[in-house]
Amino acid sequence: MLRVDVAKQLGEFTLEASFESQGRVTGLFGASGAGKTSLVNMIAGLLRPDRGTIAIDGETLDDTAKGIHVPVYRRRIGYVFQDARLFPHLDVRQNLDYGRRMNHLADDDAQRQRVTELLDIGHLLDRRPGKLSGGERQRVALGRALLSKPRLLLLDEPLGALDEGRRAEILPYLMRLRDEARVPMVYVSHDAAEMRQLATQIVLLKGGRVTSVGGVKVLTG
Amino acid sequence: MLDITPTEWTAILLSLRVASVATLIATPIGIGLAWLLARRDFWGKSLLDALVHLPLVLPPVVTGYLLLLALGRRGFLGEFLADHLGIVFAFRWTGAALACGVMSFPLLVRPIRLSIEAVDQKLEQAAETLGAMPWQVFFTVTLPLALPGVLAGMVLGFAKAIGEFGATITFVSNIPGETQTISSAIYSLIQTPDGDTAALRLVVVSIVIAVAALIGAEWFSRRATQRLHGN
Repeated sequence: MLRVDVAKQLGEFTLEASFESQGRVTGLFGASGAGKTSLVNMIAGLLRPDRGTIAIDGETLDDTAKGIHVPVYRRRIGYVFQDARLFPHLDVRQNLDYGRRMNHLADDDAQRQRVTELLDIGHLLDRRPGKLSGGERQRVALGRALLSKPRLLLLDEPLGALDEGRRAEILPYLMRLRDEARVPMVYVSHDAAEMRQLATQIVLLKGGRVTSVGGVKVLTG
Repeated sequence: MLDITPTEWTAILLSLRVASVATLIATPIGIGLAWLLARRDFWGKSLLDALVHLPLVLPPVVTGYLLLLALGRRGFLGEFLADHLGIVFAFRWTGAALACGVMSFPLLVRPIRLSIEAVDQKLEQAAETLGAMPWQVFFTVTLPLALPGVLAGMVLGFAKAIGEFGATITFVSNIPGETQTISSAIYSLIQTPDGDTAALRLVVVSIVIAVAALIGAEWFSRRATQRLHGN
């Protein structure tokens, strides 16, 4: 379970968000500029809240009153960025293996096999990110995050940089991920159709505030 | 074709040794400083930046003299190092390496700093979310991506160290076999009657070394850049 109750001043913009989520896929929905990315960055630990708390499965990650701020690298929260951010000097295989190496996890060939099959990236292993299409890059980024064995996966508009055709190509992988990977996800998007297909719970964000939380039907409200 | 005498060989080999040692020791220090200047904000940062660049703008003879005052046998640091650690710089080839290292330092640091600044910090963030601690991020992402700049800095530093003259001769003098580099050997030969042909031989040698270093740098940085762009 993810509990977020934070406040952050970003220039003129005030972000004051509070929600709890239990769902497999929590959809963070709102127009651009609503504060979605800032909120996700705070959950990842990349951005520090001015005030408030963030906790996951009962473990406090941020508590400004107690001076707690768990550093990014100890949170075990995977993050798939809109721009993939694959390491350009490593091939796909090394990119996928990066999280395992950094966390000193044992080599898990079965898991690697599962993830490469799930995302259909087995034929890309020897390529460099520079030689991948946008959709392939995003799938590898997903695999890289999954293989670091996170307890939560943040996806910040992973389809945002792709054209219509590519989106349709990736969406099924995300749905398989939701149904098979067993990692709770926070999925950020401003696309209601995507949300309806993926999210099990919606957090509606408007102008830096949470306006409603609930099932997919809050999207029509 | 080039009839290089044993004394001239001594000067050439000494120059290569002095410049290599200077570059190899200056590089890790330079990488650390370049990273600090590129990625951290701290009190006294502009002062440190100015200090790194000082040898570039000071007359070399001033830098050499300051080294002599500090690290000469009667210098406050030199005396301490000699008495307690047995390290002597004055009139030794190690002193020449130190002078060359100091003089080439600004040229070494600058390309490294620029290339670290050019590394996308978003990639560093991505590495952190995958569990990499800050030092791991540095060694697995920042440094490999900044490698072309590191190599460029090393070559520039090496080339500068090979050609260094003023600070070296001021600090450790011009002793054949110990502190006489190619530059100071040429200087001595020009002052000697009939030294012209020998001086010209060394001039040719230094041109060859300089050109080889530049070609090598070009080759390395092209390979490193290719590596980074995934070809």
